[in-house]
Amino acid sequence: MSRENSLVTAQWVEDNLDTDGIVLIEVDEDTTAYDKGHIRGAIKLDWTTDLQDQVRRDFVDRAQFEALLSERGVSNDDTVVLYGGNNNWFAAYAYWYFKLYGHQDVKLLDGGRKKWELDSRELTDELPSRAATTYTAQEQDSSIRAFRDETVAAIGVKNLVDVRSPDEYAGRLLAPAHLPQEQAQRAGHVPTSINVPWSKAANDDGTFKSDEELREIYGAAGLDDSKETIALCRIGERSSHTWFVLKELLGHQSVKNYDGSWTEYGSLVGVPVALGDEPGEA
Amino acid sequence: MCGAKEGGLSLDGVNVAKEAVIQGQVLRGEEPVSNAYVRLLDRSGEFTAEVPTSASGHFRFFAGDGEWTLRTLAPKAEPVDTRVVAATGSVAEVQVLVSA
Repeated sequence: MSRENSLVTAQWVEDNLDTDGIVLIEVDEDTTAYDKGHIRGAIKLDWTTDLQDQVRRDFVDRAQFEALLSERGVSNDDTVVLYGGNNNWFAAYAYWYFKLYGHQDVKLLDGGRKKWELDSRELTDELPSRAATTYTAQEQDSSIRAFRDETVAAIGVKNLVDVRSPDEYAGRLLAPAHLPQEQAQRAGHVPTSINVPWSKAANDDGTFKSDEELREIYGAAGLDDSKETIALCRIGERSSHTWFVLKELLGHQSVKNYDGSWTEYGSLVGVPVALGDEPGEA
Repeated sequence: MCGAKEGGLSLDGVNVAKEAVIQGQVLRGEEPVSNAYVRLLDRSGEFTAEVPTSASGHFRFFAGDGEWTLRTLAPKAEPVDTRVVAATGSVAEVQVLVSA
Protein backbone atom coordinates (compact mmCIF):
# COMPACT_ATOMS: atom_id res chain seq x y z
CA MET A 1 0.00 0.00 0.00
CA SER A 2 1.00 3.62 -0.17
CA ARG A 3 -0.27 7.08 0.64
CA GLU A 4 -1.75 7.43 -2.87
CA ASN A 5 -3.78 4.23 -2.48
CA SER A 6 -5.01 4.68 1.05
CA LEU A 7 -5.47 8.39 1.74
CA VAL A 8 -7.52 11.14 0.10
CA THR A 9 -7.61 14.87 0.80
CA ALA A 10 -10.61 16.90 1.89
CA GLN A 11 -10.53 18.64 -1.48
CA TRP A 12 -10.63 15.29 -3.30
CA VAL A 13 -13.67 14.30 -1.26
CA GLU A 14 -15.40 17.60 -1.98
CA ASP A 15 -14.66 17.17 -5.70
CA ASN A 16 -16.08 13.63 -5.66
CA LEU A 17 -19.23 14.08 -3.59
CA ASP A 18 -21.38 13.10 -6.56
CA THR A 19 -19.12 10.47 -8.09
CA ASP A 20 -20.73 7.05 -8.47
CA GLY A 21 -19.00 4.14 -6.80
CA ILE A 22 -17.62 6.19 -3.90
CA VAL A 23 -19.25 5.68 -0.51
CA LEU A 24 -18.44 8.09 2.29
CA ILE A 25 -18.79 6.59 5.77
CA GLU A 26 -18.50 8.51 9.05
CA VAL A 27 -17.38 6.62 12.16
CA ASP A 28 -16.97 8.56 15.40
CA GLU A 29 -16.12 7.85 18.98
CA ASP A 30 -18.96 10.26 19.79
CA THR A 31 -21.62 8.30 17.95
CA THR A 32 -23.98 11.30 17.89
CA ALA A 33 -21.56 13.51 15.92
CA TYR A 34 -22.97 12.35 12.56
CA ASP A 35 -26.49 13.25 13.62
CA LYS A 36 -25.45 16.85 14.29
CA GLY A 37 -24.04 17.21 10.78
CA HIS A 38 -22.02 15.17 8.30
CA ILE A 39 -20.50 15.39 4.85
CA ARG A 40 -23.23 15.31 2.20
CA GLY A 41 -24.03 11.77 1.11
CA ALA A 42 -22.12 10.12 3.94
CA ILE A 43 -23.65 7.19 5.80
CA LYS A 44 -22.96 6.40 9.44
CA LEU A 45 -21.52 3.35 11.12
CA ASP A 46 -21.87 3.20 14.89
CA TRP A 47 -18.77 1.44 16.21
CA THR A 48 -20.51 0.43 19.45
CA THR A 49 -23.55 -1.21 17.85
CA ASP A 50 -22.79 -1.87 14.17
CA LEU A 51 -19.23 -3.15 14.58
CA GLN A 52 -19.33 -4.96 17.96
CA ASP A 53 -21.05 -8.15 18.96
CA GLN A 54 -23.70 -7.10 21.46
CA VAL A 55 -23.09 -9.98 23.88
CA ARG A 56 -19.47 -11.15 23.75
CA ARG A 57 -16.49 -8.81 23.50
CA ASP A 58 -15.68 -9.33 19.84
CA PHE A 59 -16.45 -8.02 16.40
CA VAL A 60 -19.57 -8.82 14.46
CA ASP A 61 -18.99 -12.02 12.53
CA ARG A 62 -18.66 -12.32 8.78
CA ALA A 63 -22.37 -12.90 8.18
CA GLN A 64 -23.34 -9.94 10.37
CA PHE A 65 -20.83 -7.71 8.56
CA GLU A 66 -22.28 -8.81 5.23
CA ALA A 67 -25.80 -8.07 6.45
CA LEU A 68 -24.73 -4.66 7.79
CA LEU A 69 -23.09 -3.46 4.59
CA SER A 70 -25.84 -4.93 2.41
CA GLU A 71 -28.47 -3.09 4.40
CA ARG A 72 -26.50 0.19 4.28
CA GLY A 73 -26.06 -0.08 0.53
CA VAL A 74 -22.33 -0.71 0.24
CA SER A 75 -21.11 -2.88 -2.67
CA ASN A 76 -17.96 -4.97 -2.86
CA ASP A 77 -16.58 -2.88 -5.71
CA ASP A 78 -17.32 0.50 -4.08
CA THR A 79 -14.49 2.77 -3.03
CA VAL A 80 -15.14 3.25 0.68
CA VAL A 81 -13.87 6.55 2.09
CA LEU A 82 -13.88 6.67 5.88
CA TYR A 83 -13.67 9.73 8.08
CA GLY A 84 -14.47 10.66 11.65
CA GLY A 85 -13.69 12.76 14.67
CA ASN A 86 -10.78 12.40 17.08
CA ASN A 87 -8.23 12.60 14.29
CA ASN A 88 -9.80 9.61 12.55
CA TRP A 89 -9.25 7.18 15.46
CA PHE A 90 -12.46 5.29 14.83
CA ALA A 91 -12.34 5.83 11.10
CA ALA A 92 -8.91 4.16 11.12
CA TYR A 93 -10.40 1.43 13.28
CA ALA A 94 -13.16 0.94 10.68
CA TYR A 95 -10.55 1.03 7.89
CA TRP A 96 -8.67 -1.80 9.59
CA TYR A 97 -11.99 -3.59 10.14
CA PHE A 98 -12.92 -3.31 6.43
CA LYS A 99 -9.48 -4.70 5.56
CA LEU A 100 -9.98 -7.47 8.10
CA TYR A 101 -13.06 -8.58 6.19
CA GLY A 102 -11.34 -8.22 2.85
CA HIS A 103 -12.79 -5.02 1.35
CA GLN A 104 -10.41 -4.11 -1.47
CA ASP A 105 -10.73 -0.37 -1.96
CA VAL A 106 -10.79 1.56 1.31
CA LYS A 107 -9.39 5.01 1.94
CA LEU A 108 -9.18 7.48 4.80
CA LEU A 109 -10.02 11.16 4.47
CA ASP A 110 -6.78 12.78 5.64
CA GLY A 111 -7.52 14.81 8.77
CA GLY A 112 -11.04 13.43 9.08
CA ARG A 113 -13.90 15.45 10.40
CA LYS A 114 -11.67 17.95 12.18
CA LYS A 115 -9.83 18.97 9.02
CA TRP A 116 -13.15 19.24 7.19
CA GLU A 117 -14.57 21.50 9.93
CA LEU A 118 -11.44 23.60 10.35
CA ASP A 119 -11.55 24.20 6.58
CA SER A 120 -15.14 25.48 7.09
CA ARG A 121 -16.42 22.96 4.54
CA GLU A 122 -20.14 22.19 4.40
CA LEU A 123 -21.89 19.73 6.72
CA THR A 124 -25.52 18.72 6.36
CA ASP A 125 -28.11 16.92 8.46
CA GLU A 126 -29.82 15.41 5.39
CA LEU A 127 -29.82 11.65 5.48
CA PRO A 128 -28.84 9.90 2.23
CA SER A 129 -30.76 6.90 0.94
CA ARG A 130 -28.87 4.04 -0.64
CA ALA A 131 -30.44 0.97 -2.22
CA ALA A 132 -29.65 -2.31 -0.46
CA THR A 133 -26.91 -4.47 -1.95
CA THR A 134 -25.70 -8.03 -1.58
CA TYR A 135 -22.33 -7.62 0.09
CA THR A 136 -19.92 -10.55 0.40
CA ALA A 137 -17.19 -10.45 3.04
CA GLN A 138 -14.09 -12.63 3.28
CA GLU A 139 -12.93 -14.63 6.28
CA GLN A 140 -11.09 -12.41 8.77
CA ASP A 141 -7.50 -11.76 7.69
CA SER A 142 -5.55 -13.09 10.65
CA SER A 143 -2.35 -11.48 9.40
CA ILE A 144 -3.49 -8.06 10.68
CA ARG A 145 -5.19 -8.94 14.00
CA ALA A 146 -3.30 -9.94 17.16
CA PHE A 147 -4.78 -11.69 20.18
CA ARG A 148 -3.60 -11.75 23.78
CA ASP A 149 -1.48 -14.92 23.72
CA GLU A 150 0.45 -13.69 20.70
CA THR A 151 1.01 -10.37 22.48
CA VAL A 152 2.36 -12.07 25.60
CA ALA A 153 4.62 -14.24 23.40
CA ALA A 154 5.89 -11.12 21.63
CA ILE A 155 7.46 -9.67 24.79
CA GLY A 156 11.15 -9.21 24.07
CA VAL A 157 10.74 -10.82 20.64
CA LYS A 158 8.62 -8.65 18.32
CA ASN A 159 8.13 -4.91 18.13
CA LEU A 160 5.38 -3.95 20.56
CA VAL A 161 4.24 -0.40 19.96
CA ASP A 162 2.04 1.11 22.64
CA VAL A 163 0.45 4.19 21.12
CA ARG A 164 -1.29 5.58 24.19
CA SER A 165 -0.26 8.91 25.72
CA PRO A 166 2.93 8.87 27.84
CA ASP A 167 0.92 9.16 31.07
CA GLU A 168 -1.22 6.12 30.19
CA TYR A 169 1.88 4.13 29.17
CA ALA A 170 3.66 4.97 32.40
CA GLY A 171 0.60 4.08 34.47
CA ARG A 172 -0.19 7.60 35.64
CA LEU A 173 -3.51 7.65 33.74
CA LEU A 174 -5.81 4.72 32.92
CA ALA A 175 -7.70 6.20 29.98
CA PRO A 176 -7.42 9.06 27.51
CA ALA A 177 -7.96 12.28 29.42
CA HIS A 178 -11.31 13.05 27.82
CA LEU A 179 -12.74 9.99 29.61
CA PRO A 180 -13.27 9.33 33.33
CA GLN A 181 -10.24 7.62 34.86
CA GLU A 182 -11.93 5.03 37.07
CA GLN A 183 -11.16 1.67 35.42
CA ALA A 184 -10.99 -1.94 36.57
CA GLN A 185 -7.66 -2.98 35.05
CA ARG A 186 -4.12 -2.42 36.31
CA ALA A 187 -2.15 0.56 35.03
CA GLY A 188 1.10 0.33 33.05
CA HIS A 189 2.29 -1.29 29.82
CA VAL A 190 3.43 -4.57 28.28
CA PRO A 191 7.13 -5.03 29.16
CA THR A 192 9.48 -4.21 26.24
CA SER A 193 6.76 -2.27 24.39
CA ILE A 194 7.95 1.10 23.17
CA ASN A 195 5.76 4.16 23.57
CA VAL A 196 5.11 6.07 20.36
CA PRO A 197 1.87 8.00 20.97
CA TRP A 198 -0.41 7.83 17.92
CA SER A 199 -0.43 11.64 17.95
CA LYS A 200 3.22 11.76 16.90
CA ALA A 201 2.02 10.63 13.47
CA ALA A 202 -0.49 13.46 13.06
CA ASN A 203 -0.34 17.19 12.60
CA ASP A 204 -2.48 19.44 14.81
CA ASP A 205 -5.18 19.53 12.11
CA GLY A 206 -5.40 15.73 12.14
CA THR A 207 -3.66 15.10 8.79
CA PHE A 208 -0.85 12.56 8.69
CA LYS A 209 2.74 13.72 8.72
CA SER A 210 4.88 13.09 5.61
CA ASP A 211 6.32 9.62 5.00
CA GLU A 212 9.79 11.02 5.66
CA GLU A 213 8.74 12.47 9.03
CA LEU A 214 6.96 9.23 9.93
CA ARG A 215 10.00 7.08 9.12
CA GLU A 216 12.12 9.38 11.27
CA ILE A 217 9.68 9.17 14.22
CA TYR A 218 9.46 5.37 14.33
CA GLY A 219 13.15 4.92 13.54
CA ALA A 220 14.17 7.25 16.36
CA ALA A 221 11.81 5.41 18.72
CA GLY A 222 13.66 2.16 18.03
CA LEU A 223 11.10 0.37 15.87
CA ASP A 224 12.98 -2.34 13.97
CA ASP A 225 11.10 -2.71 10.69
CA SER A 226 12.77 -6.05 9.95
CA LYS A 227 10.74 -7.51 12.83
CA GLU A 228 7.04 -8.21 13.09
CA THR A 229 5.07 -5.50 14.87
CA ILE A 230 2.03 -5.50 17.14
CA ALA A 231 0.36 -2.16 17.88
CA LEU A 232 -1.82 -1.67 20.93
CA CYS A 233 -3.54 1.06 22.92
CA ARG A 234 -6.51 0.90 25.31
CA ILE A 235 -9.30 -0.60 23.17
CA GLY A 236 -7.64 -0.89 19.76
CA GLU A 237 -8.81 2.25 18.01
CA ARG A 238 -5.78 4.52 18.44
CA SER A 239 -3.56 1.57 17.55
CA SER A 240 -5.57 1.23 14.32
CA HIS A 241 -4.34 4.74 13.51
CA THR A 242 -0.72 3.61 14.01
CA TRP A 243 -1.40 0.29 12.23
CA PHE A 244 -2.56 2.41 9.27
CA VAL A 245 0.64 4.46 9.37
CA LEU A 246 3.01 1.50 9.61
CA LYS A 247 1.20 -0.86 7.24
CA GLU A 248 -0.55 1.37 4.73
CA LEU A 249 1.61 4.52 4.59
CA LEU A 250 5.08 3.15 5.34
CA GLY A 251 4.49 -0.32 3.89
CA HIS A 252 5.87 -2.43 6.73
CA GLN A 253 5.26 -6.08 5.88
CA SER A 254 3.91 -7.53 9.10
CA VAL A 255 1.89 -5.26 11.35
CA LYS A 256 -0.97 -6.47 13.54
CA ASN A 257 -3.43 -4.53 15.64
CA TYR A 258 -4.16 -5.96 19.10
CA ASP A 259 -7.75 -4.81 19.58
CA GLY A 260 -8.00 -6.37 23.05
CA SER A 261 -5.30 -3.86 23.99
CA TRP A 262 -4.86 -2.55 27.51
CA THR A 263 -8.43 -3.14 28.70
CA GLU A 264 -7.79 -6.84 28.09
CA TYR A 265 -4.07 -7.11 28.87
CA GLY A 266 -4.32 -4.99 32.04
CA SER A 267 -7.04 -7.33 33.34
CA LEU A 268 -5.18 -10.62 32.70
CA VAL A 269 -4.10 -12.61 35.74
CA GLY A 270 -0.41 -13.37 35.97
CA VAL A 271 1.01 -11.50 32.97
CA PRO A 272 3.99 -9.17 33.45
CA VAL A 273 3.33 -5.42 33.61
CA ALA A 274 5.88 -2.60 33.51
CA LEU A 275 5.35 0.76 35.19
CA GLY A 276 7.06 4.06 34.44
CA ASP A 277 8.42 5.68 31.33
CA GLU A 278 10.89 2.93 30.34
CA PRO A 279 9.94 -0.19 28.30
CA GLY A 280 11.16 -2.57 31.02
CA GLU A 281 12.73 -6.02 30.76
CA ALA A 282 11.37 -9.18 29.16
CA MET B 1 -10.16 31.42 35.85
CA CYS B 2 -9.31 28.53 38.15
CA GLY B 3 -12.09 27.88 40.61
CA ALA B 4 -14.66 29.95 38.73
CA LYS B 5 -18.02 28.18 38.67
CA GLU B 6 -20.34 30.75 37.17
CA GLY B 7 -21.74 29.54 33.86
CA GLY B 8 -19.56 26.45 34.02
CA LEU B 9 -20.42 23.06 32.53
CA SER B 10 -22.70 20.98 34.74
CA LEU B 11 -20.84 18.39 36.79
CA ASP B 12 -23.89 16.15 37.25
CA GLY B 13 -22.78 12.54 37.05
CA VAL B 14 -19.08 13.33 37.47
CA ASN B 15 -17.32 11.96 40.52
CA VAL B 16 -15.32 15.13 41.16
CA ALA B 17 -13.65 13.69 44.26
CA LYS B 18 -11.84 11.11 42.13
CA GLU B 19 -11.10 13.17 39.03
CA ALA B 20 -8.83 16.10 38.17
CA VAL B 21 -11.29 17.94 35.94
CA ILE B 22 -10.28 20.64 33.49
CA GLN B 23 -13.22 22.25 31.74
CA GLY B 24 -14.33 25.50 30.23
CA GLN B 25 -15.64 27.33 27.23
CA VAL B 26 -14.24 28.63 23.96
CA LEU B 27 -15.41 32.10 22.96
CA ARG B 28 -14.95 34.39 19.97
CA GLY B 29 -15.65 37.77 21.52
CA GLU B 30 -18.73 36.94 23.59
CA GLU B 31 -19.98 34.21 21.23
CA PRO B 32 -19.45 30.54 22.14
CA VAL B 33 -17.49 28.64 19.46
CA SER B 34 -19.19 25.29 18.86
CA ASN B 35 -16.87 23.89 16.20
CA ALA B 36 -13.53 24.29 17.92
CA TYR B 37 -11.13 21.55 18.98
CA VAL B 38 -9.36 21.65 22.33
CA ARG B 39 -6.21 19.55 22.74
CA LEU B 40 -4.76 18.66 26.14
CA LEU B 41 -0.95 18.60 26.12
CA ASP B 42 1.11 17.23 29.01
CA ARG B 43 3.99 18.99 30.77
CA SER B 44 6.37 17.97 27.97
CA GLY B 45 4.03 19.30 25.30
CA GLU B 46 2.94 15.79 24.26
CA PHE B 47 -0.63 15.33 23.11
CA THR B 48 -2.84 13.61 25.70
CA ALA B 49 -6.42 14.11 24.53
CA GLU B 50 -8.65 16.20 22.33
CA VAL B 51 -12.33 17.08 22.36
CA PRO B 52 -14.59 19.05 20.04
CA THR B 53 -16.51 21.81 21.79
CA SER B 54 -20.23 21.38 22.43
CA ALA B 55 -22.98 23.52 20.91
CA SER B 56 -22.40 25.97 23.77
CA GLY B 57 -18.62 26.01 23.24
CA HIS B 58 -17.89 23.88 26.29
CA PHE B 59 -15.27 21.18 26.76
CA ARG B 60 -14.06 18.89 29.59
CA PHE B 61 -11.04 16.72 30.37
CA PHE B 62 -10.30 14.22 33.11
CA ALA B 63 -6.62 14.87 33.63
CA GLY B 64 -4.13 14.02 36.35
CA ASP B 65 -2.49 16.20 38.99
CA GLY B 66 -0.10 18.74 37.53
CA GLU B 67 0.43 21.32 34.85
CA TRP B 68 -1.20 21.01 31.44
CA THR B 69 -1.57 23.08 28.30
CA LEU B 70 -4.80 23.49 26.36
CA ARG B 71 -4.27 24.10 22.64
CA THR B 72 -7.43 25.40 21.00
CA LEU B 73 -7.98 25.17 17.24
CA ALA B 74 -10.93 26.96 15.65
CA PRO B 75 -11.83 27.71 12.03
CA LYS B 76 -10.29 30.94 10.76
CA ALA B 77 -8.31 31.53 13.97
CA GLU B 78 -4.73 31.01 15.09
CA PRO B 79 -4.21 28.21 17.66
CA VAL B 80 -4.37 29.47 21.27
CA ASP B 81 -2.31 27.87 24.07
CA THR B 82 -3.57 28.18 27.66
CA ARG B 83 -1.74 26.80 30.71
CA VAL B 84 -3.77 25.19 33.47
CA VAL B 85 -3.07 23.33 36.70
CA ALA B 86 -5.27 20.34 37.56
CA ALA B 87 -5.67 18.60 40.91
CA THR B 88 -7.71 15.55 41.90
CA GLY B 89 -10.86 16.61 43.70
CA SER B 90 -11.07 20.00 42.05
CA VAL B 91 -12.37 21.55 38.86
CA ALA B 92 -10.12 23.89 36.88
CA GLU B 93 -12.38 26.24 34.89
CA VAL B 94 -10.80 27.83 31.83
CA GLN B 95 -12.10 30.38 29.36
CA VAL B 96 -10.37 30.41 25.97
CA LEU B 97 -10.69 33.39 23.65
CA VAL B 98 -9.95 32.86 19.96
CA SER B 99 -9.31 35.66 17.52
CA ALA B 100 -12.34 37.27 15.91
